[in-house]
Amino acid sequence: MTPTTNIVLSGLGGQGVLTASGILAQAAIIAGFDVKTSEVHGMSQRGGSVRSDVRFGPNLTRTSPMVPEGGADYIVLLEDDQLPTVAHALSPEGIVVARAHIDGIALPNPRSRNVAILGALSRHLDNRITAAHFAQAIARVLPAKLHEANLSAFSLGREHANFAQSHTP
Amino acid sequence: MTQHTTETPATPQLLSGNEAVALAALHTQVALGVGYPGTPSTEILEHFGTLGGKARWSPNEKVALEVGIGVAYGKARALVTMKHVGLNVAADPLFTVAYTGVDGALILAVADDPGMASSQNEQDTRYYARAAGVPMLEPASSQEAYDAFFEAVAISETFQRPVILRLSTRVCHSRTTVVPREPVTAPAPAFQRDIPKRVMIPAYARPAHRRMRQALQAVGEHFEQSDLNREFPGEDRRLGIITSGVATVHAAEAAPDLPMLQLTTTWPLPLERIRRFAQSVERCIVIEEGDPILLNDLNAAGIPATGKPEMYRFGELNVERVTRILNGDTRPETEPPKGRPPELCAGCPHRISFAALRELDCIVAGDIGCYTLGVLSPFEAMDTCVCMGASIGVGLGLRHVLPEDEATRVVSVLGDSTFMHSGITGILEMVYNRPPTGHVVLVLDNGITAMTGMQEHPGSGRLLDRGPAHRVDIAELGRAMGLDEVIEVDANDVKHNFAELLRDVLGRRTLALIVVKKPCLLLQRQLRRDAKATAASPQGK
Ligand SMILES: Cc1ncc(C[n+]2csc(CCOP(=O)(O)OP(=O)(O)O)c2C)c(N)n1
Repeated sequence: MTPTTNIVLSGLGGQGVLTASGILAQAAIIAGFDVKTSEVHGMSQRGGSVRSDVRFGPNLTRTSPMVPEGGADYIVLLEDDQLPTVAHALSPEGIVVARAHIDGIALPNPRSRNVAILGALSRHLDNRITAAHFAQAIARVLPAKLHEANLSAFSLGREHANFAQSHTP
Repeated sequence: MTQHTTETPATPQLLSGNEAVALAALHTQVALGVGYPGTPSTEILEHFGTLGGKARWSPNEKVALEVGIGVAYGKARALVTMKHVGLNVAADPLFTVAYTGVDGALILAVADDPGMASSQNEQDTRYYARAAGVPMLEPASSQEAYDAFFEAVAISETFQRPVILRLSTRVCHSRTTVVPREPVTAPAPAFQRDIPKRVMIPAYARPAHRRMRQALQAVGEHFEQSDLNREFPGEDRRLGIITSGVATVHAAEAAPDLPMLQLTTTWPLPLERIRRFAQSVERCIVIEEGDPILLNDLNAAGIPATGKPEMYRFGELNVERVTRILNGDTRPETEPPKGRPPELCAGCPHRISFAALRELDCIVAGDIGCYTLGVLSPFEAMDTCVCMGASIGVGLGLRHVLPEDEATRVVSVLGDSTFMHSGITGILEMVYNRPPTGHVVLVLDNGITAMTGMQEHPGSGRLLDRGPAHRVDIAELGRAMGLDEVIEVDANDVKHNFAELLRDVLGRRTLALIVVKKPCLLLQRQLRRDAKATAASPQGK
């Protein structure tokens, strides 16, 4: 068992993949972990696929910032049809948290869907990062005027995520 | 000295490599940061500006480096940023400032893009350190980038050398924790006349070359002792890893128990240090991204080491690939599935131009920017793309040799930022060496450097911090250079008849410049946001 938690976030340009990974990484820092993230920006604004890796654990000094093939404990999909592009990263026991899992939840602002999915993800991370850590991270990463909508999106995603919707690659 | 924001050091921060370099520049009191945008280096200057540093975009990398040289001749500290191919543009001043040396600090932060996430080639900046005789440092993480920057400033000032901080995509765009240090103060800027030192006529350049080699020798001796190079123990001494840059962390994860020497001071190489390490193990393998440069240098110095199979020269390394290298595994790799490719935004002003170029079956000498996406479906209206600014020269070359029916269909297409960067000299060539069939240049002027994420340029009318600046007018420039005709069109007005307009111009066989104008959609959004913020803030911006 490796003490490092590996998460791959995937979506399309403009969906807030990088913001979500920024909040997740910040939450992990607040929870006391060492953190590394990695992403390819490139032409993300032009609607192309975006992937961001987040790794956290006690000490990552000698750890790559990229999640190895088959090493992801979680894959977080902001666009479910992106699964094939990242499925090879998922570990055999890995879990997919998908947009389908929060479908139907009425969000105060559709642009905060990325944060709602983090809410869904957070249910799996309770023994490592608490909801309070996430709330602090949201306050740290996002500008003040977006706090309310995103804190609410986070809670909604966390409380109402429906994991009965299966999502296996 | 600019008044910097007083950020309290000592709390760990999660920073990208680019942000870490910017923070280090702030904490070493860099007087001026200059550069030209280019993925993955762009955010260094932007972040330096956000932190309160004085940051400016230059028209291109050559000018940026020249400004940086001036800063450093004035005993101040300069940061010059660019992507790997930018150093080709800036190579001319680089090779000679290596001779003159500097008085303050001159740090070039150059970002390589192995794997070409967003570049036209995967050239390796490490060759430049060797070719120009410039010291180089290669960090593997944000903390190392931050620390290496301090060391780069110290080396630059102590040995009076420019220093290259070589970054790569996974250093620039990975976020890792950084514990900042106490800021250090910079000496006061001053000019001390020293003509033989800085005027590189042959009589002064000959001794300067010798001085440069002596200085490099001294830097090399200093690097032998540097604690930026780290050795990691391993019980099993049968195989040792020598590595540098981001390959270090991939290798450490792939083989945590193997003895390892991580090199951060990678030019001049600390050969004695490396030799000692090599002697402490039975066999050495060099894990490096890109070309086998380190390997060749070690072998040339008589240090026995092996490298990676040829297939791993291409693309970036990661934990899996390093594991394969260590196992000598040369089975073909499975390509990861391709994601959705980027495309021109719906409503992008570039679209009408490519629709017309396709309709007229033009031979399109293209260039680099968002508009390079015109090569993809549905347009597939681009035939060449070499480097920034090449559209004009390549188009002219084609016009000179092609049979008339083909020559008259050749159009050069480039963006406004690319025009400022290296299109102007192309127009000079056009008016000077006129092809028999004339030529048509199309500038797709969306008012910004869109491709790299909305950077200002001399034609945008704003500075890096979006404050007001003089705006250079592309059409005026074209007229001043003596083109036969310069046509400015509003992309909104000509939407449906742009192909007609282009057909007419091509038929006239003149030297023509057509500037298609409409602000990038993302720029429009950003300007609206700025306006709202200014209106909302009590003191304005
Ligand atoms: C020498 C060099 N510097 C920087 C880059 C990165 N780069 C590629 S295109 C480009 C500019 C694009 O701006 P523009 O020409 O205005 O076109 P747009 O993207 O706005 O359509 C930049 C900065 C590069 N490829 N080569």
